[in-house]
Formats: sequence, structure tokens, C-alpha cells
Amino acid sequence: MSEQTLFKVTIDNITVEVPAGTTILQAARKIGGEVAPPAMCFYSKLKGSGGKCRTCLVEVAKGSEKDPRPMPKLVASCRTTVMDGMEVKNITSEKVVEARAGVVEFLLLNHPLDCPICDQAGECHLQDLSFEHGKSGTRYEFQRRTFKKHDLGKNIQLHMTRCILCYRCVFTADQLTNKREHGILDRGDHAEIATHIEKSLDNEFIGNVIDVCPVGALTDKTFRFKNRVWFLKPMDAHRDCPTCSGRVTLWNRGDEVFRVTARKDEWGEIEDTPDGQPGWICNTCRFDKKETADWVIEGPREINRHSVIAQGHYSGKIGTTKPNETFTAVNDGRTPQLLMDIHDESEVNQPSIHLSQNKGASHGDTFNNNKA
Amino acid sequence: MAYIFNDTQMAEFKRLVSRYPEGKQKSALLPVLHLAQESFDGWLPTEALDYVASLLQIEPIEVYEVATFYSMYNLKPVGKYVFEVCQTGPCMISGSDTIIDYIKQVLSIQPGETTKDGLFTLKLVECLGACGYAPMMQVGKIFREHLTKEKVDAIIAEYRQTANNN
Amino acid sequence: MGVKLLLEKANVPGIRSFEVYRREGGYRSVEKALKEMNPESIVEEVKKSGLRGRGGAGFPTGMKWSFIAKPEGVPRHLVCNADESEPGTFKDRYLMEFLPHLLLEGLIVSSFALGSSDTYIYIRGEYAWIPDILEEAIEEAKAAGFLGKNILGTGFDCNIHVQRGAGAYICGEETALIESLEGKRGNPRIKPPFPAIQGLWMRPTVVNNVETLAAIVPIINMGGDEYAKIGVGRSTGTKLISACGNINKPGVYEIDMTISVEEFIYSDEYCGGMKGGKQLKACIPGGSSVPILPANLLLKTAKGETRYMNYESLSDGGFATGSMLGSGGFIVLDEDQCIVKNTLTLARFYRHESCGQCSPCREGTGWMEKILYKIEHGKGSISDIDLLWDIQRKIEGNTICPLGDAAAWPVAAAIRHFRDEFEWHVNNPELSQTSNFGLQHYADPIHVPA
Repeated sequence: MSEQTLFKVTIDNITVEVPAGTTILQAARKIGGEVAPPAMCFYSKLKGSGGKCRTCLVEVAKGSEKDPRPMPKLVASCRTTVMDGMEVKNITSEKVVEARAGVVEFLLLNHPLDCPICDQAGECHLQDLSFEHGKSGTRYEFQRRTFKKHDLGKNIQLHMTRCILCYRCVFTADQLTNKREHGILDRGDHAEIATHIEKSLDNEFIGNVIDVCPVGALTDKTFRFKNRVWFLKPMDAHRDCPTCSGRVTLWNRGDEVFRVTARKDEWGEIEDTPDGQPGWICNTCRFDKKETADWVIEGPREINRHSVIAQGHYSGKIGTTKPNETFTAVNDGRTPQLLMDIHDESEVNQPSIHLSQNKGASHGDTFNNNKA
Repeated sequence: MAYIFNDTQMAEFKRLVSRYPEGKQKSALLPVLHLAQESFDGWLPTEALDYVASLLQIEPIEVYEVATFYSMYNLKPVGKYVFEVCQTGPCMISGSDTIIDYIKQVLSIQPGETTKDGLFTLKLVECLGACGYAPMMQVGKIFREHLTKEKVDAIIAEYRQTANNN
Repeated sequence: MGVKLLLEKANVPGIRSFEVYRREGGYRSVEKALKEMNPESIVEEVKKSGLRGRGGAGFPTGMKWSFIAKPEGVPRHLVCNADESEPGTFKDRYLMEFLPHLLLEGLIVSSFALGSSDTYIYIRGEYAWIPDILEEAIEEAKAAGFLGKNILGTGFDCNIHVQRGAGAYICGEETALIESLEGKRGNPRIKPPFPAIQGLWMRPTVVNNVETLAAIVPIINMGGDEYAKIGVGRSTGTKLISACGNINKPGVYEIDMTISVEEFIYSDEYCGGMKGGKQLKACIPGGSSVPILPANLLLKTAKGETRYMNYESLSDGGFATGSMLGSGGFIVLDEDQCIVKNTLTLARFYRHESCGQCSPCREGTGWMEKILYKIEHGKGSISDIDLLWDIQRKIEGNTICPLGDAAAWPVAAAIRHFRDEFEWHVNNPELSQTSNFGLQHYADPIHVPA
């Protein structure tokens, strides 16, 4: 094969070189931080995904070196490939910021906002999206749309009311299993994920729909209401699995394994295995191996996500951005007055201790030991 | 009833599939669902959808997805004659509201309901492409246009007559 | 009498049959194209004709044809978009019902130009009786050697298949139509790739409207240059207008795009004036999705010039004071019509027809309908009007396909030009349930800046 052609693309004034055929979103992810547009439906490991949620819309201010005309409309960065010399505006475009706030509002319009009882809370992409790009409050005053709860078998709970119709789980079933049994029924604002006739999904790889779901629409029944994700310690582990790679993240509290997921990268997507294949895991690893003894523990897992489970790091990659100046910034330069340091009272969210380094359930002794 | 095509229906099924290239038989799904609906009492129960899936050698979910997307497939039983009255802009400004109210009154049913004798179902639909001949409704394969109260009376009488004769 | 290129023979008794159609000079363009021309020269003639897509978007047809990819050994397809569903539009139905052979003739020539040996007509499911008419015509054409194998001994094979849709406006969008033709839900595809590269079954595909394909016949018969002489500016040839609403003679008319809007509404040759001698209040000139205009801005542009029935004149002033020719669905509203209610029915239509794939359209269309319902039923507030404006702005341009724009524009234009009427509904909640805002100032001459 001939040498790969590289295209120069400038996103929010930062230039990066990427191979021809790369999408704007992937190029922006290469830069990282806030330059990367949020993506609710696109999933790089799922062919055909993307283009639907419209959260990743960006402005193309210059089409390419050859044809510098700007694109007339905002484009979905996940499905638009870069051209050489292209200039893209993401957070530097007012149009984008406004359109994105609009999309967030649309996505939340009929969302139940039941985060306090939702297992996805803390690692929910819709929460992150709303926090970063949405507005507080809603202008919607009508009754929200609800759906009947569907049971997809003994391990997967479908909570359709929370669904944002990203189609990721449909692509997952299409591409990972040999027989898709659930899909999108009806259309428009009544469209829903369902099996039509109550059916349990039991393909050996179907559990991956839980990992790809950006919201709490598909959750792990074996973990249902057991714990909040931010109280758990993620540990990388593996086992010799005859079906899948067996490379997982265990979510522990003490010695107890609360749930098993695939390993996810900083964009919340399944990580590749060392041989370059997506690290999907099988149902046996996910649902049935809930003993520490089932696994070889590799060590604590760094959660590179700008989410609650990454402990309050709301912007940028961990270690690259310090969030502690935010308060001063929004407070017109005034420094906050410390009334009470919560960390004097509780070890929860102690910034100097990574949760995964806590041994056992978090209690006062652990805290004192760590402090000493 | 058994949801299986008879010989004539099967011949039509084969004709529909033959329009598409080898291996692209799924393309015939929409016409085949029409055929099934016409063949099986005017609506499509799950058994009929599963039968269509097996004929076209596709997964049942692919048929469910399509059958629920398009508004012309009835997934619940309907009356022998379905009055699908258009209520979109051009029909509305030409007086479709009056016609709808009149049908509701004459047949004593609300939209979505079927008369007790099982003869008529009233459905409110969106633009059917007969805006110049409004108000109008579709009954089966044909359009009934330039509706007036008198015309509605005559149409109902006509279908009652046909049903009695059969 | 204006020039008639498509409907000239529509009233000839028996024109639906091959025999009469042929006797009246039909299928000459097929003989000319297949025997005297080649695909490239046909595309050239279509380019010269200046023909613009008649489905609504008005994209130059010749250019669209020249985009089709021609990879070695991959079949190409021509698909006729007969999924006419835009409220106010019923011209294609008329063509197919009364002149089926004209469409077939255009399809054969176009299939030859594009190299399509299996051409599909995708017709909306509700036009349930028309496939029978078309299939009968196809059989006749086949028997006469104009379709099937080795047409007129030229070695060109072509079959035309008719497929019925099943009730989905969205399938008029070309990629949704292709999905539907593949037996799937009518979800528009994310572009690129465009159909010209990867369309039906991932093969290069061109999708054209019925009227566009019928117009190929006169273009081949008279030559692209001659065709381009008809009409004005970039609005060449003739256009079918389907007129409906509160007029004396609703129906399908062929115009040569040089007549004024006023003449079209009031002359006896066309709409025959307002029904019952009522006053003209407003008009949606190009199918329900294009901006509605009050009477004063419809008949004259903001500059005070006469408005004509063509692409350029109808869009004069942009969306601020103009509209679009669109699909030619001409909806006329008289003084007794309520703009809020009309907008509500259109909002309901677009909510009903949204495929639900992308969030602004799925959620936004329903939201707009609910607010309009509130205002129409005397429960709205002034801030609701501003909210509506903001919602439509956040939908427009941000969706996968043009349905989002189609849903946003009618709401935007109604508020832009008829805000008084919306406010009247809000301020007179009881009165608005029993009476109507009426004509008010909407037909008053507009002030033209010097």
C-alpha cells in the first residue's frame, strides 16, 4: 500500500494532521479536551452509527484548501470527513454553542430526569452533556412522554422512557450477534426500542448493549439498585474466557464484585484489545462471574472520563486541566471563602486519594490510614 | 384463521419478489405486507408478520420495524370499510372539520373506533394528495372526494347495501 | 393561452391507452434518443434545457445526472419519486392517472441516459389505484417494443417496476425513499455518500420527480435550447401547479412561469378567482412547507414589483418577504381562514410524519404542535409565541434531512407575517373560540421604501 495521505485540519484554531478519511470528530478527539464535540449516538466501534443525535454539530468555516467556501449548514462532525486545509469551529462558534444547547433541550424534553433512581447516574453521557452544554431549567410545560417498561430477559432492563434513540444497541445486535431480536418500532416521537412481542434477549454478546447505551435505558439487572457507580472502585481484571477476550473492568466495593463491564476509553467507548479488536465481552463474563476469585486482578483502572466517576474532573483529560480555578472564574475573580472543608468531615471525594486506591469499603479507618 | 397465502396470493407474492435482484428480496417487504393485509381481514396480526418474515427469509424484527413505521398497515382489527378522512391544512380550510363531525355523529363513533356492526372504522389521517378535491377521504383503494354531508350519507348507504348483498 | 408541453394532450379521449398516445405523437422521443443520440448527448440536452427538479428543491436535473458514478460492472438505477405527499401538491397524481405513457416515455429516455436497466417507480401507498394504471401502461409499452429486452432493436434493455409505499411523507426524501424501496423503515440516510455514488442497494442511483421525468420528453423532442427559451431566467420550461383552497377552480394547471400570481389566482384560465367572492388573505405558493405570505406580499414583492409564478420572483426578498415555488402546491386562504389553526394542522402533519431519527425533529415538531394547540384553543401566552419562534430556529438547518426545515418554515413565516393574529388569540381567549381574526390589514398595500 502506498503511503497514507495526511490532511491538515484546524479545529478551534488548533491544527492537527490526520489520515484522509478521518472524520472531523475523530480528528478533534485526537486533539482532545473541549475541542472534541460531544457524541451521543456515534460509536466508533459500530459501523453506520452516528449522525442522529445532532450534538456533535460543528461549523465548517473553510471547506478545504482547494475549495475554501464555508459549508452552509452546521454538519455532524461524526459523519463528515476532513479535507485538506479544512477549518472547523466547535466551541469557538456561537452558532454551534447555541444549536448544541438546543439539541440538549430537545433531548431532555421528554427525559424523565429520574437520575436519583437511575443506575446510569454518574456515568451517564446525557448528564455530562446537560452539565456541559445545557441550560438549567426547562421551557417544556407539557406532560412528558412515557413508555411501558419492557423486560429483555433476566439480565437486561429496558427503560424506554430514558432512551434517546441513538440506535447504538440496534447496531450492536446487528454487528455482534447473528440474530437481531430488538429494534426500533413505530416512528417519530413514538418511536421506541422494543422486541414487539415480549422476548428475552439472550445472545451471548447481547449484554454489550448495556455498555454502549449512553443513558440509563439499558441497564444491568444484576447490578440494579445495588450501588451508585461513584462509590465503586474500578479494577482492571481478566480471565481465560473461551468466548471473548475476557478483559474487563470490575466494579468493586471491598472484596465484593458489584458489576462487570467492558473496559472503556476516555470517550466512554469499548477499548481495543492488544490485538486491535474491540474488547466486547460475553454475557458469562458480564453477568455470571461475580466473584473476585473468578478474575486475575491487574490493578486500579484509571477512568479517563469527564464524568462524576472521574471525581469532579469536568473538563479536559485528567491531569491536564485543573478544575480548581473554576469557582474564582465564575465569581468575577473573587476567591471563595471557606466555610467548612467537607474533607475534614468525610473521606468521600477526598481529592488526594483516588477512589480505586481505597482498600475495602470507605470508612473512617481507611481514611485515617491513608492520611497517615 | 390461518395466515398462509393461497395459490393466487402466492403467485402474486412471487411476482412481487421477481422485481428485485437476486438476494434483495427484502425490497418486496412493503408490497408483500400490503398483499398480506388485503388477504387477511384488513389487518396484520403478529402471526401474519412472522409469516411474511419467513417467506422473505428475514428476521421477524425487520418486519415489525417496517410494519409499525408506515401508517397504512393496520396492526389492530378494523371494520370492513375504513373511512380515512384527511384533516391537514388544505382539507381543513375546505371544511374537513364539518365532515369529520358529521361522520362521528352519523356513525356514533370517535376517531379510531369501529361501529358495533363491524362495518365502519373512522380514522383521521394526514394529507392524502387530493387537496384540490377537498374535503376527501380514502376508503379501501379509492378516494371519495368533494365530500358533503349528503355525499357522506350516500356513501354510507352504498357500503351498507354492498355489505348486505354479500 | 400559455404554452402546454405536458398537459397538451391530457384531454384527448383515450390518451391513457398506448394506441391513442402513440397516434398523438407519443414515444417519438424514445426513437430519437435511442437511435440518434447517446447517453452523453441526452445529458447535454437536459443541461442546456435548464430543467430544474420539479419535486420542490429545484436542483438542476442535468447536473444531478452528470454526478452519477459509473464504476465498472456495477448496475445503476433510475428511481422515479412518485411519493407525492406535500400538502397542497397533487400534480404527479394527475400526470400518472391521465398520462401514464408520458411518464413511461420520459422514464425510458432517462433510463437510457443514465444506464438503468431496472428502473423503479416508487408511488405513495395511498394512490392505491394508480399502480394498476401504470402497470397496464407498462405491459402495453412492452408489447409495442418500447420496454423490455432490446428496445427498438438498439440493444438497450429496460424494465420499469412499480412499487407502492405504505403511508410515510418522509419517503419523498430521496434517501428515505431508497431505504423504503429496500424494504426498510423510511429513515433518511446520512449524507455523504450521496445516492449518485451509493444509492439503491449501494449502487449509483438517480432519484427524480414524476414531473421532472415527464419534462424530459419535450426536451428531447424540441431540443434543450428551444425548451430553455420558454419561461424566464433560470425558470425554464413549464411547471405544473396544483391549486387548492378557497378558489373557484381548484385543479392542476400547466404554466410557462411568465404569468403573474395575480393572473394565476384571478383569471378564468386558471384558478378563476376567490370562491364566493371572498377576499384573498394569504397563500402558501409552493406546498405546505414553504413560507406562507399575506395577500399584499403575495401579489407584489416588498419592492412593490409584480410577483410572478416562477422560482426567482416567488423567492424575491428571501424568507423575510418572499417564499418559494417549491413543488407547486398552491394553497389559497380566504378572509375567513384562521392562520393559527392552519399552522397548527401543518405542525401536526410534520410531527406525524417525522421519522424520529434525529432529536431536533423528533422532539421539536411535537413541541411546536402542542404550543400551537394551546394558542389556538385560547390557552396561550405571548411568551409562547416567542418560544415557538425559538424552537423553529433551533430545528431549522440542524436536522438530518429537510423535514426539519419543512416543519420549521411554516411556523416561522406564520409568526413573521401574522404575529398580530397570534397575539389576538392570546389576548382574546374566549372571542377567538367563536370568531375569527379576519382579513385585517393583510391585504393593505405595503409601504415601499423610496
